Amino acid sequence: MPKLSPTMEEGQIARWLKKEGDKVSMGEPLAEIDTDKATMEMQALANGVLRKILVKEGESAPLGQLIGVIAEPDEDISSVLNEAPAKQSAAAAPQKEAQPASSQREQATPPPPKPEAKPAEAASGNGASGRLIVSPLAARMAAEAGLDLRSLQGSGPGGRIIKRDVEAALSREPAAAPASKQPTFRVIEGKAQQPLVAGASAYRDVPASEIRRTIARRLVTSLGPVPHFFLTSEIEMDRAAEMRRGINSLDPDLKISVNDIIIKVTAAALMQHPEVNASFQDKFVRYYEHVDIGVAVAIEDGLITPVVRSADLKSLSQIASEVRELAERARSRKLKPEEYTGATFSVSNLGMFGIDEFTAIINPPEGGILAIGAMTPRPVVRDGEVVVRQIMRVTMSCDHRIIDGATGAKFLQTFKKILENPLYLVV
Amino acid sequence: MATITIREALNQALREELTRDEKVFLMGEEVAAYQGAYKVTKGLLEEFGDKRVIDTPITELGFAGLGVGAAMVGLRPVVEFMTFNFSILATDQIVNSAAKMLYMSGGQYNIPIVFRGPGGSAFQVSSQHSQALESWYAYFPGLKVVMPSTAADAKGLLKSSIRDDDPVIFIEQERMYGNKGEVPDDPDFTIPLGVAEVKREGTDVTIVARSLMVPVALKAADALEKEGVSCEVIDPRTIRPLDIDTIVESVKKTNRIVLAEESHPICSVNAEISAEIMERAFDHLDAPVKRVSGADVPMPYAKNLEQLAVPDVQQIISAVREVAYLD
Repeated sequence: MPKLSPTMEEGQIARWLKKEGDKVSMGEPLAEIDTDKATMEMQALANGVLRKILVKEGESAPLGQLIGVIAEPDEDISSVLNEAPAKQSAAAAPQKEAQPASSQREQATPPPPKPEAKPAEAASGNGASGRLIVSPLAARMAAEAGLDLRSLQGSGPGGRIIKRDVEAALSREPAAAPASKQPTFRVIEGKAQQPLVAGASAYRDVPASEIRRTIARRLVTSLGPVPHFFLTSEIEMDRAAEMRRGINSLDPDLKISVNDIIIKVTAAALMQHPEVNASFQDKFVRYYEHVDIGVAVAIEDGLITPVVRSADLKSLSQIASEVRELAERARSRKLKPEEYTGATFSVSNLGMFGIDEFTAIINPPEGGILAIGAMTPRPVVRDGEVVVRQIMRVTMSCDHRIIDGATGAKFLQTFKKILENPLYLVV
Repeated sequence: MATITIREALNQALREELTRDEKVFLMGEEVAAYQGAYKVTKGLLEEFGDKRVIDTPITELGFAGLGVGAAMVGLRPVVEFMTFNFSILATDQIVNSAAKMLYMSGGQYNIPIVFRGPGGSAFQVSSQHSQALESWYAYFPGLKVVMPSTAADAKGLLKSSIRDDDPVIFIEQERMYGNKGEVPDDPDFTIPLGVAEVKREGTDVTIVARSLMVPVALKAADALEKEGVSCEVIDPRTIRPLDIDTIVESVKKTNRIVLAEESHPICSVNAEISAEIMERAFDHLDAPVKRVSGADVPMPYAKNLEQLAVPDVQQIISAVREVAYLD
């Protein structure tokens, strides 16, 4: 009984395709075997005559058990047949027989003479340990679909996996692989386009739906060209602060600020909510592939927002050194235009001025901005107890033309979740 | 569109080109007074006279060489071999002179010559007179090899071959001279060399066939259609240069290919196409390339054995079923 599936331990003869006395040649189908997975064709491994069937249709046999004998028409097979009953009770015996005799050398009595006739085995290479036999096309199709060829059963000659086997497998498990993945960010459908500003995020333009256009039209008549609304959330910053201390104690040169963590968390949350990392463009909505964060920096006679490009791809230390460097040059007015334009979202922090909470104005055509208040110890109730926590209030300004209340709230929820548990950044 | 035989189509092509260009002349055994062993040159001696339609002695090497010389000084000879079996005697002139002259003269001498005549199997003319020699000639750089399978292709391709400035081996099929087909009336109708034609569109298996095998492959495709197998039949028409792109594009669609030919299998055109498919369409193959060729024996004289030596509809059907995993 050959091993026809990786997990098979015994097989049942579904059908003998040859009768006793039939001539068989190597590679010819000999029997159909029900394994634990499917009915598989077993092929003859030798030329000769099927002299004896030892396991009848409907009967089962463990792996390695002799189920039939192929031999020359006039060959003496009595020794094989005499041995057969003993083997029937010891399934492992024929496997030993297949190994070199050296492993049996220490035996006191010589091993029984090897029968000329070999137990039939599957010729298919697509067994548990065998090389996969697969058509070039099927191999390419499986690779493109991310399908494990070893999970397939080939229907071609010799068990070759062919196009129809891959197609059958693909129709059986529609999108099974993506569903099992935990998405860390989502992608809006559409054709990615390259930005005009060097280094800025690529984006996908999707036609603005009728409802979006109506909302836009109605709201701008009420509240100016960019209809804002505001969402405020209290965020417990103890863990983020602890993380910051921990990182900076590793290497004081890193000088990670809370604001750097906020930028990183904003980027991570935006990648999970691409509909917020977007821009209303009248006829269509532009969704960005990456997060370019504008960081509001106060300068002597105004305000400028240098941009941290692809913040979603950068480490905290990269963000920290970049923000520091950009802010310095912003104050000395040495930023190039491409360094302070073309952000996809902004962060404005007035915490250092002791502001508890405030609302920020969106920098068009961005879809939103986060206004960060000061982190202050406050009494809060946790598990029925009044405790002191580092609390920071964050207010998000949303462009209502693309972001509705619930959309913005879900983003802010994710933002809060990550900032309160910054380990999410590394998960 | 007139419906005429391949024989008449070839005759029209010769007549039109003799009329169109006075540098064109015909030469070969029995082409003039006897009007051609297969009557392809019927009426041409009468119409164009014995300076342009010339009977030669039975000296293939001699008149092939004469043709090459004439081509070197600006004429456009069309040399008929009574069958291509006899061209074997002329191979020195074809291979060493015609094919190489342009190269060896540093581009000074084009050889605008056509060697034409029937090739392949006929009916019981035995080993020495039933040979498909296209892979011989296709082997040599400097030669073009053309094999039509329909009346229209025969006419359009022969006219292009005569107008071509390089030596062309134009192999007809003795069994097919009487096959009829529609041919455009336009005296300037030509078919460019090196362009394959999809004779039948299909989605499941590509069959590449030429000359005698084209109608056989089309019959096989008809029969397979009834079983629900859709075959695309491609006739390369020109063996060299070979329009491999059309074949590769088809394989990308069908993922399976059967190659049919009348010639022996070893070092044949099928072998060449197989290699090209392997190199250019490997990732598109769902089954190994399957070849159907003539038997690897000298052609038997006995009728029953001769039938077995030439691929038939059933062999092509079996091959298609094999690559489509239907057996």
